[in-house]
Order: sequence, then C-alpha cells, then structure tokens
Amino acid sequence: MKIAVCAKVVPDASAHKRLDPATFRLDRSGESTLNPTDVNAVEEALRLKEAHEGEVTVLSLGPPKAMEALRKALAMGADRTVLVSDDGAAGSDLLATTALLAAALERESADLVLFGQASSDADGAVLWAAVADRLRRPLISQVANLKLEGGELIGKRQTEFGYDVIAAPLPAVVAVSDAINEPRYPSLKGIMGAKSKPAETLSLADLGVDAAAAGEAGSRTKVLTLTPPAPRGDQVRIEDNGNAAEKIVAYLAERKLL
Amino acid sequence: MTALVFLEHHEGELEKGGLGVLARARAIGLDAAGVVLGSGVGEVGASAGGQVYVCDDPALASPLPQPRVDALAALVAQSGADTVLFAASVLAADVAAGLASRLGAGLNWDLTDLRLEGEELVGVRPALGDTVIADVTWVGAPRFGLVRSGAFEAPESSGDATVESFSATFEDFSTQARMLEQAHEEASGPSIEDADVIVAGGRGLGKPDNFALCEALAKELGGAVAATRAVVDAGWYPYSAQVGQTGKSVSPKLYVACGISGAIQHKVGMQSSGTIVAINKDPNAPIFDFADVAVIGDVEQILPKLTELVRARNA
Repeated sequence: MKIAVCAKVVPDASAHKRLDPATFRLDRSGESTLNPTDVNAVEEALRLKEAHEGEVTVLSLGPPKAMEALRKALAMGADRTVLVSDDGAAGSDLLATTALLAAALERESADLVLFGQASSDADGAVLWAAVADRLRRPLISQVANLKLEGGELIGKRQTEFGYDVIAAPLPAVVAVSDAINEPRYPSLKGIMGAKSKPAETLSLADLGVDAAAAGEAGSRTKVLTLTPPAPRGDQVRIEDNGNAAEKIVAYLAERKLL
Repeated sequence: MTALVFLEHHEGELEKGGLGVLARARAIGLDAAGVVLGSGVGEVGASAGGQVYVCDDPALASPLPQPRVDALAALVAQSGADTVLFAASVLAADVAAGLASRLGAGLNWDLTDLRLEGEELVGVRPALGDTVIADVTWVGAPRFGLVRSGAFEAPESSGDATVESFSATFEDFSTQARMLEQAHEEASGPSIEDADVIVAGGRGLGKPDNFALCEALAKELGGAVAATRAVVDAGWYPYSAQVGQTGKSVSPKLYVACGISGAIQHKVGMQSSGTIVAINKDPNAPIFDFADVAVIGDVEQILPKLTELVRARNA
C-alpha cells in the first residue's frame, strides 16, 4: 500500500510567532519543526505500513529549509520526502495550497492520503476536505482509530456528539486526531539512516501548476489589516479565606452574568 | 449580497450556532437564507425565520460532509448566492472546505465577527493564538466563512420560515464513505458550542469524580461542561467536551475554569470568552495571566459553595 502523509513544517513551539506587517505572512525565519499533530499522521502511516507493507512518503509545502524538519519523519521510518518549494507558492491560501498539494499527490497516486489535525500556526482544520474534493476521493476526518479490513478503511470519528464509525474504500483521504496514537521517537539508527533516504524538492514547473493558481495569485482570501487584541479589563484577585464563592457570586451578579 | 447559512441539526433540532450566524448575517444587511440538509427533515428548518432551503434526500441521512458539498454546490448555482457561512463544527469544517475547493473560491475560518464595508464583506479572525487580530476578506465570489463557536448569539425565536425545497445530484466519490454506526451520546443541557456559560475542568480537579462538581455548577448556571486535553486524554471526560487547540474553540459569555493551569493549547480555545473566572490553588498558574477573576483556592472547597449560592439565587 502506498501512503502519502501531508505534513506541515511550522515555527517551533518555543519561537515567538509573528506575522510580517508588510506581507501579512507568517515569519518563518526562526527555528521550525514538524507540526506536532502531523507527527501522529506519520506514526499512523508507519503502523499501517508495518501491518500491511508498503511505502510511506511524507509530502510538504514550504521554504527549502523545511526539508530539515521533514527529516524527523524519515528518522521515524518514513521512506521518502517530497517538498514542494517555490517562491511563487508563498502566501498561498487554502485554495492555492489545495491546488499545489493535489498536484503533488496526483504524481504519487497513493492509496491512502493521511493528514494530521489542525496546524499549530494557521489553526486550520480544513485542508484535507479541500484536497479530498479536488482528488475526488472519499474522506474520513477527525479519526481517533483507523483500521484496514478487507481493503476497506474503518475510522472511528470524534464528533461533538460522540464517536461515529465510518467506512470508506481505498483510495481515500483520512485526517487523524491527535488522540489516535503516541508517536514513536526516532532511534539513533533511524536518525543515521534518514540521511541517505530520498528527499526530493519540486517547483511549480515540476508539478505543472500554473503560477496563476499558486501563491497570492491563486488565493481567494486576503488579509486587510492586523491589530493587537483589545486588552482585557482589570483583574479581580480573590484569595480564598472561606468566602471566595460569595465574592465570585457578587462579581457575576454585578455584571448580570447570573 | 445574497448569503446561505448552513443550519446543522441534531435529533430534529437546529443547532444554535447556525441560527446565530444566520441572525448576524441578516443583522449586517445580507439577504440571508438558511439551508437544511438531511433525510426526513421537512419541518426541521421551519423555525429559522425568513427563507430556508431544504434538500431532503436519503444520500444526506448520515452527517457526512461530502454529499453536503454536492447539495450546497447545486444550491449556490440555483440560487445565485455569493456567500455561504457556517458555524464551526467537525462536520461544517469539512463541508466548507470541500465546497471552497469545488467552486474554486476562498474560505476564511475561525471568524469571531462579520461586517459589511460598502460592498465588501469583512471577517474578524484572531490569529496565532489570538495574539493578533486580522481583518480578512475575500477575492471574488463566492465567499465561504466558518464562524467560531459562540461568536454570535442565536435569537430566542426567528419566527416561521418560508421553506423551499431543492434537489441535488451526488458525485460517486461523495457517497463512497458510509456511516456504520452513528454517535448517540446522551446530552444533558446545552452543548459547549451552544452554551452561554461553560464550566471547564482540568487536572487540578484531582480526580475524575470531581467533574460532578463542574456538572452541578453548570446545571445551576444553565451551562455546559468542558474539559482540557489532559483530562480527555486521561479518560476523565469525553472528547466532545474538549476545548483547546485540538478540540473546540469557544467564546461563551462566562467561562469558569476549574483546576486548569491555562497552557497555551487550552488558552487558544477559550480566551475569547466574555468573562473568565479561574479557580486554581497555584497562584502562579498561567491562567491567572488572562483571567478576569483570579481565585486562588481549592476547587473542592469552592465549587460546592458556589453551586449552593447560585442555586439559592435561582430559587
């Protein structure tokens, strides 16, 4: 089975994230890392490969240096990485990103395309559904448990109302929840071996994607202005001396919140 | 500007989130109609007021996103709507993104407000953990928007709707995923998406049984119970109640955080709440950096008293 994992390289959790005030784009100059919930998708791909054999490709879109962070997936056990990197792709919104990823995925003709949950920088949880529609494949998202039985995927999906169980034939697109597994740590052997695994970088031209469909030209949303959030009002501090509950009630009553 | 608002429904009732978005769309001057999709949903949309489109088809029986993309794409074409808005949910996010891809249009998500500036629709989108507020818009039409839970209040009543049926054809790939077992969680009280008041619990509750303290207070406040990722992972409370980066983003009028440290992953899901009351025995807990009321004390002591006082006021 061929599995493609779509993964994003995001600023490291310790980095101060900022949007460039001129371009409104995220400043990606600092330390970066594999988006934490995408690591769950890599892990799930490796488990499926271990159970059913196959190949795991990790596919990403980002600046050239994103390749460094993608090596973590290779060290965990993925077979190869493909990075779509092109100045013309910078500033892509959901629609432009979908066009680029779908073009890269079509080259892979994977049986299963896996996504992680929301990215830690854009907080979106939307890409997989757009890609599934573009590829015209069935979709199961928010999957907390995934099995392959008789050539069919069975996913347990987290919803507001509990768990749905959904089946879909291959080829399919699946987005996993971070509850699905505990990702492994790369072994020393894995880290050493990662260096010799195939790591391919593709341009828009390589993908045959028109420049008008990528980056800002291919985007259908834009940022108008950035402003700092309004500060919250003064804080009321209550040390509990046995009467905290009364003080909370008084505060809420005064603001008509009861 | 003609807008469609996706009205999600559960057990025969419209969800408040969609009704709130519909009310807001109408209030800012959009010519907005509701859309109800499902099987056997004839009367479900009748309380949404104004114009409501209904597609009643067995292909829409299960709450799966892809047939809904087909139906909405058909309705956008038939109605000439230039805007489609959704209240965020697991289902709505998939439908909105699929539709944006299908129609080659823009989607903005996590919106906390919408306004018209002349002929331009502008959304307010807190970004990077709500550390910066972006005003966003769309290039061309149609425009698609996902609104953060709790951003707009649903009216008490929207009045009777004029219901118009429409039909759709479904793509082969859209109907390949099938529901084997649909969730039926017994819900008591409002869901966290719909609640004006949320009482949330974290590790600092000490033990799973202490969620009963949160539930008792939530009941008296007419609210819902939420949980942090740590306690959901530990199996203390179901995922459907999880607030934070990998759960729901909510903005109720009142958020009572009980034994929650306030890690960034939780903060991003609740910091746009109206009033935040935090109870924690650690005076250095990060949640006190952004709570309106910082209560340093033991939740096991304070919550039962608080519940009793609220009950007395309600009586």
